[in-house]
Amino acid sequence: MQNGIAITGMGIVSAIGLSVADNLNSLRNAQKGITQVDNFETSLRDRVRVGEIKLSNEQLSEKLHLPIDNSMTRTGMLGALAAQQAVANAQIDVTSQNYRTGLVSSTSVGGMDITEKYFYAYENRPELHRYIASHDAGVSSQHIADHLGLKGFVTTISTACSSAANAIMLGAQLIKSGRLDRVIVGGTDALSKFTLNGFNTLMILSDTYCKPFDQNRKGLNLGEAAAYLILESDEIVRKENKKVLAYLSGYGNANDAFHQTASSENGEGAYLAMQKAFKIARLSPQDIDYINAHGTATPNNDLSEGRALIRVFGERVPAFSSTKAYTGHTLAAAAGIEAVYSILALQNDLLFPNLNFETPMEEFQLLPQMRLLHQSVNHVLSNSFGFGGNCSTLIFSKA
Amino acid sequence: MKNPCYINGIGAVNAQGTWSDDPFTHIAEISNPLTMAIQPSYKELIPPAMIRRMSKGIKMGIFASQQALDDAAMGQVDAIITGTGLGCLEDSEKFLRNVLDNDEQFLTPTSFIQSTHNTVGAQIALRLGCKSYNFTYVNGATSFESALLDALIQMESEEANHVLVGGIDEIAGQTFVLKQLVQEVKANGTEEKLRDSQSPGVNFGEGGTFFALSTAKKDNTYAQILDVSIQNKSATEELTDFVTSFLTRNQISLADISAVVIGNNGDLVYDKYYTSFCTLFADKPQIFYKHLVGQSDVAAAFGLATAAFVLKNQIIPEAIQWNAVKHSALNYVLLYNQYLGKDHSLTLLHHVET
Repeated sequence: MQNGIAITGMGIVSAIGLSVADNLNSLRNAQKGITQVDNFETSLRDRVRVGEIKLSNEQLSEKLHLPIDNSMTRTGMLGALAAQQAVANAQIDVTSQNYRTGLVSSTSVGGMDITEKYFYAYENRPELHRYIASHDAGVSSQHIADHLGLKGFVTTISTACSSAANAIMLGAQLIKSGRLDRVIVGGTDALSKFTLNGFNTLMILSDTYCKPFDQNRKGLNLGEAAAYLILESDEIVRKENKKVLAYLSGYGNANDAFHQTASSENGEGAYLAMQKAFKIARLSPQDIDYINAHGTATPNNDLSEGRALIRVFGERVPAFSSTKAYTGHTLAAAAGIEAVYSILALQNDLLFPNLNFETPMEEFQLLPQMRLLHQSVNHVLSNSFGFGGNCSTLIFSKA
Repeated sequence: MKNPCYINGIGAVNAQGTWSDDPFTHIAEISNPLTMAIQPSYKELIPPAMIRRMSKGIKMGIFASQQALDDAAMGQVDAIITGTGLGCLEDSEKFLRNVLDNDEQFLTPTSFIQSTHNTVGAQIALRLGCKSYNFTYVNGATSFESALLDALIQMESEEANHVLVGGIDEIAGQTFVLKQLVQEVKANGTEEKLRDSQSPGVNFGEGGTFFALSTAKKDNTYAQILDVSIQNKSATEELTDFVTSFLTRNQISLADISAVVIGNNGDLVYDKYYTSFCTLFADKPQIFYKHLVGQSDVAAAFGLATAAFVLKNQIIPEAIQWNAVKHSALNYVLLYNQYLGKDHSLTLLHHVET
């Protein structure tokens, strides 16, 4: 009896590290990656904190050994860095003709970081024209595929902050349906002035370190990151005797159908997504040892998600935390990096703390996990919710 | 046995107007590099205050999706899956310009909120009160086909019985000035129909096309969708293999195909892919459609509507005949699309006896 889709590799770049090992180290040592914006000019600099990767585009380009006239955006480069780690970790040859290999990536900003820099300059600067086509969200995935040498099924999902969860979900279904043998799944998003100002107009950015599930939370810290998993069919795992890091045992997507940006008060979409994931996983709420919550630290999200958790788990909500106080909210990449953290929790029997928490919310009795805890972890549930009422849940199980 | 996927309803807004029972008789071939859709009246569907705030893309999506549901007499769906190459351009650009022009001051959230790529799918879910599966694909010229493949998977795996799937792209602003700058789109002032194309680039067109899909057929079912295949890259010489392996997987041969629908767009460099594809089907009727709606990342959704119309009615209207081969009974129809040599897709449809 197989227990889901095998995960055989993972890669990550985030504000708390440029590898899986670095991320684990930061998670263990409560080292957050939240700072002021250093990579670009913004008038919001003194008013917001972000989870920024402290490498310039030039440094990223060097790390990837890209030609000087490449047309990759920051989103594409972060994605390529994380995806190549995942491929190396799973020890797969994506160019092999023996298996049908695909890429399901996701992004919300696409090439906006470049577009906002050159939008008005393009007309008079022909040397920049190579970047024009890089604006489209799908181009970041093409660049990642090209960087990896992957020719085959490539697609891109964009459902705001649940994007990477949906990419992981589609990847699993492509394998289940027999259309692919293995697939690279995840998401990437770079910080940009566009998103920073967008979230600022919604008045949901915190001017200090974000405090998920705290009564006095003031909003979120945005972040940038990329993370990818390698999913492989049971047949490959058997035939090649592959080491399995963990299994993706459940997944579900539902729509809150309440408001374009706000979550419903009773967390209907979140509730439905979790229920679907349990059904696919054939697990029940009491099987979950740890929840990696969406927990953006906006007043609206944490209340709505908390209520949904109570609806699903009743009086016995398992240990939960939001890791966004470490990384910031990395939008389309969030569910990707949190998938990596969920797998790390399973591999190391560790629960990661919800940093910055002080005061319980008055609406309910939920207390997030406050300190690093060693404890047997067999099943982890990870939530991700996005604009447009898009709610997704993934369940990861121990290999 | 996998659940089948039937097209039971179609809705569209594009340069020819809206979808109808007779969409290929009163047509006007496009020759404008940037061809806008003929916008229908939205006041029956959308409250006036919202009409003003919504971009064309959202409105076209709402109209086309409702038209598809009405055509299929379908009320609720188990999944809403959309594709868009460029997303909500109008709102994205509006917000971007405000950020750049006003030094990040005096910004309002509406255009940012509506700039997210999944806005159309989300707005459709909101107005239908639909809490089910809701995905959006943004992968260039296979954005719609990705959505369609997802729909097939949801239906095959019994996760969904009724699915709304569609593609939307709007023309707006500076993005197209830039596309003209790099000669992806023909220059302003050019007036070339698809068959007469002589200058670089393509005529672009905006629009929305939606399908109401169901695992159960009805009296007015258009066709059955058998399979979709997507490939990020292919050399022209690899095309034969792409086609034959797809057909083999679906247990049919080249000879079984009754007609093909091609996504040629007048691009002087890349239409060679379609020429190459057509050599495999030289003795079969070849159908084209981008001379009616223009190129966009989701134009192939209109190609699917075209194929569905042809299979249902067993006719190939003169306006969409690419070659002169006469058709006999139309059984299997194969669609092929690519853009700029990238994002290749094949879609296989089958006639349904109703």
